[in-house]
Amino acid sequence: MPGPHDLLVAPFAEFAFMRRALVAGVALALGCGPVGVFLLLRRMSLVGDALSHAILPGAAAAFLVAGLSLGAMALGGFAAALLTALAAGALSRVTPLREDATFAVFYLFSLALGVLLVSLGGTGIDLLHVLFGSVLAVDDAALVAIAAVATASMLAMAALHRALVVECFDPDFMRATGGPGAAIHAAFLVLLVANLVAAFLALGTLMAVGLMMVPAAAARFWARGVAGMIAVATAIGAASAYLGLVLSFAADLPSGPSIVLVAGIAYAASVLFGGVGGVVPRILPRPHLRG
Amino acid sequence: MRRRTLLLAAAITPLAAGPAHGSDARLKVVASFSILADLARSAAGEHAEVSALAGPDVDPHGFSPSPADARRCAEADVLVMNGHGFDAWMEKLARSGGGKARLVLATQGVATIRVRGGHSHGHGHSHGHSHGHGAVDPHVWQDAARAAQMLRAIGRGLEEARPASAPAIAAQAARAADELLALDRWVAGLFAPIPKEKRRIFTSHDAFAYFGARYGVEFRAPRGVANEGEPSPADLARIIREIRKENAKVVFLENVSSPRVIEQIARESGARVGGRLYSDALSAAGGPAATYQAMMRHNATLMRDAMLA
Repeated sequence: MPGPHDLLVAPFAEFAFMRRALVAGVALALGCGPVGVFLLLRRMSLVGDALSHAILPGAAAAFLVAGLSLGAMALGGFAAALLTALAAGALSRVTPLREDATFAVFYLFSLALGVLLVSLGGTGIDLLHVLFGSVLAVDDAALVAIAAVATASMLAMAALHRALVVECFDPDFMRATGGPGAAIHAAFLVLLVANLVAAFLALGTLMAVGLMMVPAAAARFWARGVAGMIAVATAIGAASAYLGLVLSFAADLPSGPSIVLVAGIAYAASVLFGGVGGVVPRILPRPHLRG
Repeated sequence: MRRRTLLLAAAITPLAAGPAHGSDARLKVVASFSILADLARSAAGEHAEVSALAGPDVDPHGFSPSPADARRCAEADVLVMNGHGFDAWMEKLARSGGGKARLVLATQGVATIRVRGGHSHGHGHSHGHSHGHGAVDPHVWQDAARAAQMLRAIGRGLEEARPASAPAIAAQAARAADELLALDRWVAGLFAPIPKEKRRIFTSHDAFAYFGARYGVEFRAPRGVANEGEPSPADLARIIREIRKENAKVVFLENVSSPRVIEQIARESGARVGGRLYSDALSAAGGPAATYQAMMRHNATLMRDAMLA
C-alpha cells in the first residue's frame, strides 16, 4: 500500500518529465485562468474551442514550409488563429451577424483548410500528435514558451484589467466615453490565442480548452467579483493540473484527460456546494440571523 | 485523406511508365501497405505492376482510404492484405469495389504469435474508427523467414489470378523467397556473436515481437506510446526505470510514430536516440529502407550497433 508521500511527492521527485508536466500545468493555469474568466463573462465560452481549430491550417502551412519544427508550427498556428480571431471579431462588430456565428464560420473554414494542407504533406506521422503531443512530452523549448506566454499574459491582463471589466459589463459606457473598445477586444483576442497555443504545446487539441474554461466555470460558483473569480479559477486550474498528474500516475491513465477530468470534478463540486448560486446552499434554508 | 496526393502520384507513375501488352497485360496488384507491396513486387517480378495504398512512411494503422484508393482497388486484378486486423479497411475496400479482384491474405498459413498480455497495445488512431488487433500480433513480416512464407502465399494468389503465367510466377516467387531466407540467415548471423543478455532494445512501438522471437532479441516498448499520442505517466516511469536499471545506452524511434515521447524518455534516462527503426512502413525511395530487404538490414544493423554500444 503506497503512502501519501509515494502518491503525492515521489513521482515528481523521481522523474523530470513529471516535474516538467507540473510546471507546464501550473503555468497554463496562471495564464489561462484570467482569460477563461473573461471569456465566460463575455459569453464567449465556445469561442476558445472554435479558435483551437483555427490553429491547424497555420501549423500545417508551417510544417509544409519548415518541416517538423515545433517552433515554426507553433508560430504558424498562432498567426492563423490570430488572423481568424481578429477577422471574426472585426466582422462581428461591423455586420449584424453575432460573434459566435462568425466564429463558427471561420473556424469550420480553417478546419477544412487545415485538413487539406495536412493531406498535401502526405506524411504518415499524425501532424497534430507531433505538434501537440502530450503533457508528458513537454521539452525545454515548449516549457519556456509556455512559461513566457503565461508571464506575458498575466502582465497584460493586469494592465488591461480595468478596461476589460468596463468593456465587458458596460460597453455602451466605454463607447460613450470614447474608450478604445475595439483595441481592448483585439488585445484580449491576442492573449486568448497565445494561451491556446501554449495550452496546445502541453495538453493537445482536445484538452487545451479544458484548462481554460472548466476552472472558470467552476469559479463562478465561489466568487462574485471578477478578481475573486480569477483567483479561484487559477487555483482550481493549478490544483487540477497537480491532482490530475497524481491521479494519472497512480491509476495508470493518460495525463491530459486526467487533468481535465479533475477540473470537471471540481466543477461538479462547485455547482453543488459553491457559495454563490450552488445547488445545495440554495436548497438548504439559510440560518436566521439573530437580532 | 492526407495521403491521397502521394498515393495518386505513386499510382499514376507506374501506370504511365508501364507499357500496355493488350490481353497479355501485366496483373494489376494493389497491396494495403508499402511492405506488402514490396513483397508482392518480389513475388511477381515482371508479371505484375504493384502499388501500395498506404505508401512509404505512412502508418497503415491510421490510414483512411480515399475514393481514389477505392477506384484503384476496383480496377485491380489482385488485392493483397496482411490480415489479423492490421489492415481491416482493405477488406471493406475489396467488398465495396465491385469484387472482380482476388483478395490474397499474405499471412495465410503463417504461424502467428499472440500479443503478450502486459505489452498489448490497441492501435487506436485519430480517425475515430479504432480497431483492436485481437489476440494475434499482426506484424508477421518482421521475421524474414515468415516474410518468405508470406511472399509464397502472395505468389500463389498471383498464380491463381493468372494461370497462364503460373509456372513463371512460381519460379520467380521461389527465387525471391530464397533471397529472403538468405536475408534471414544474415540477420541471425549478425546477432549470433552477441551474448543473450545484451540483446535488448528499447523502442517506441511494440511491433517487433516476430523479430524478437526469431532472432532472440528482447524488445521493450512503453504501452500507449505506439501511435496514440497519450501514454500514461506510469508507463513512461516504468520504461525509464528499466533503462536506468539496465544501463541501456540507446533508445529507438520508429518512422511511423511521434518522436516526442521517445525523446523525452531519452532525456530522462540518459540514453541516446539511436535512429529510426522501420516497423510498419518502408522509407521513400532513396531512404535507408526503400525495400523490405533494405529495411531488415537497416533495422538489424542499428540494433546490433546499439547492443554493442
